[in-house]
Amino acid sequence: MICQECHQRPATLHFTKIINGKKTEVMICEKCAQEKGEMAMVAGGHGFSINNLLAGLLNIESNIQQTKANAFPKTEEKRCPHCHRSYKEFVHLGKFGCAECYKTFNDQLNPILKRVHSGNIAHIGKIPKRIGGTIYLRKQISDLKEVLKIHINQEEFEKAAEVRDKVRSLEKRYEAQEGGDEL
Amino acid sequence: MSLEKFVENALSSWMSAEGPEIDIVLSSRIRLARNFKDFTFPTSFSNEEAKEIIELVKKRIEEEVTPEIGKLELLEIDQIQPLEKRVLVEKHLISPHLVDESAKGACLLSENEEISIMINEEDHLRIQCLMSGLQLKETLKLANVLDDWIEESIDYAYDEERGYLTSCPTNVGTGLRASVMMHLPGLVLTQQMNQIIPAINQLGLVVRGIYGEGSQALGNIFQISNQITLGKSERDIVEDLTSVVQQIIAQERSARDALVKTSHIQLEDRVYRSYGILSNARVIETKEATTCISDVRLGIDLGYIKNISKSILNELMILTQSGFLQKYAGGPLRSHERDIRRAALIRERLNFTETSSS
Repeated sequence: MICQECHQRPATLHFTKIINGKKTEVMICEKCAQEKGEMAMVAGGHGFSINNLLAGLLNIESNIQQTKANAFPKTEEKRCPHCHRSYKEFVHLGKFGCAECYKTFNDQLNPILKRVHSGNIAHIGKIPKRIGGTIYLRKQISDLKEVLKIHINQEEFEKAAEVRDKVRSLEKRYEAQEGGDEL
Repeated sequence: MSLEKFVENALSSWMSAEGPEIDIVLSSRIRLARNFKDFTFPTSFSNEEAKEIIELVKKRIEEEVTPEIGKLELLEIDQIQPLEKRVLVEKHLISPHLVDESAKGACLLSENEEISIMINEEDHLRIQCLMSGLQLKETLKLANVLDDWIEESIDYAYDEERGYLTSCPTNVGTGLRASVMMHLPGLVLTQQMNQIIPAINQLGLVVRGIYGEGSQALGNIFQISNQITLGKSERDIVEDLTSVVQQIIAQERSARDALVKTSHIQLEDRVYRSYGILSNARVIETKEATTCISDVRLGIDLGYIKNISKSILNELMILTQSGFLQKYAGGPLRSHERDIRRAALIRERLNFTETSSS
């Protein structure tokens, strides 16, 4: 058997790699194994990457939740409706399958994000210019609606009417922009 | 497609512009991770989706390119020879991951190789900009121009609360990874690196040697980057990193000064020995070459060696890696053949710079 890497030296190392359930037979010589970093695996260690670490972190999360009196017994089986990735698969790979996963696994997300991003769970950076326009408006509208509620509760009807008018005009602008996007 | 020019030269043309703090900071890099709305992420998408994404990007470059960006070349990875892929990886233009997922991947490169946009890597887009020296702010500005240009016609996966959605939760929010490549022989020689690395880690930044493992960085080259992408604005990320880098620069300078003061002749000896090895060796392994190149570069910075350009470090570091050597040889080489080839190439390069500058 000749080494599958250099096609020169005899293959002295034979082993089977299983990555993400995919099985690969590897037959290489010692020199190539060293160069490719396969020796770590041969020596019984693991190729170590951020994903291993991350998967470890995520796993802890699900372990804790499970021991917590099985409050969420079905978390592991929960599947994303868009890409069909299960929470278990997400934990195993350390990767989401699609943008929708963020909504699907939202309940599990905060502790994970806190751990990875030093306690942060919300974005405060850039907003995309084009699609961000409506996000900004929507945020303004929801903020104003809160203000409106407070005014009504405190029976400040004049102020409430003012705010209501503002909300209406913003909503009109919002609808116009949304409609424009779809065209 | 003109792949040739990207794999012919080890030195990307942005490298020859000498950026600020070039004696210590080799390069600044900004990477933005972006995904397209309504598409599955590359970890689980179909070949059709992959093609559609490449088509969308293709359409965008055909549509319009702003003068700030210039011309971008689209390369489809599965149409590139293995050796040439390796060369692109060694130049840091594409990642090993993109090569592994060749069938679905592509990249956009600018003429001077300052811009490289990977398509269908871990995320649909990885916008990457590289500049010489310490220029994180400028690099971020360029990356933002590219980002806005793409966003004009393509909807990104973006969430009000979480920001830009990425395949890996470690990138969500800004999707921004800012990093600088630093040459720190002074701190290594004075054995300060072991104290500095944990201190930097505590600030939410990551340090790693780019060649070799752990703190034993081959060639004394370290990459420092931000870890946190969520809950911090792009500007803060870049400013924080810049200020830490500036402190490291100051420490490296004082370490170099101290070395010159206390052991000037030993240092000069070390530099010239390494120079001697590089200009005379007939067989040289990567490890030895990398160490010697670092010494020679330090010698240039300290003024011991005058007739060689600073960019020699960047160039030789890339040129002496196995992909490049084999590309120059025109085919695969065995490891001892590579060592011979490497020695010859280094001699040739040093000789060339000496004669051309004198």
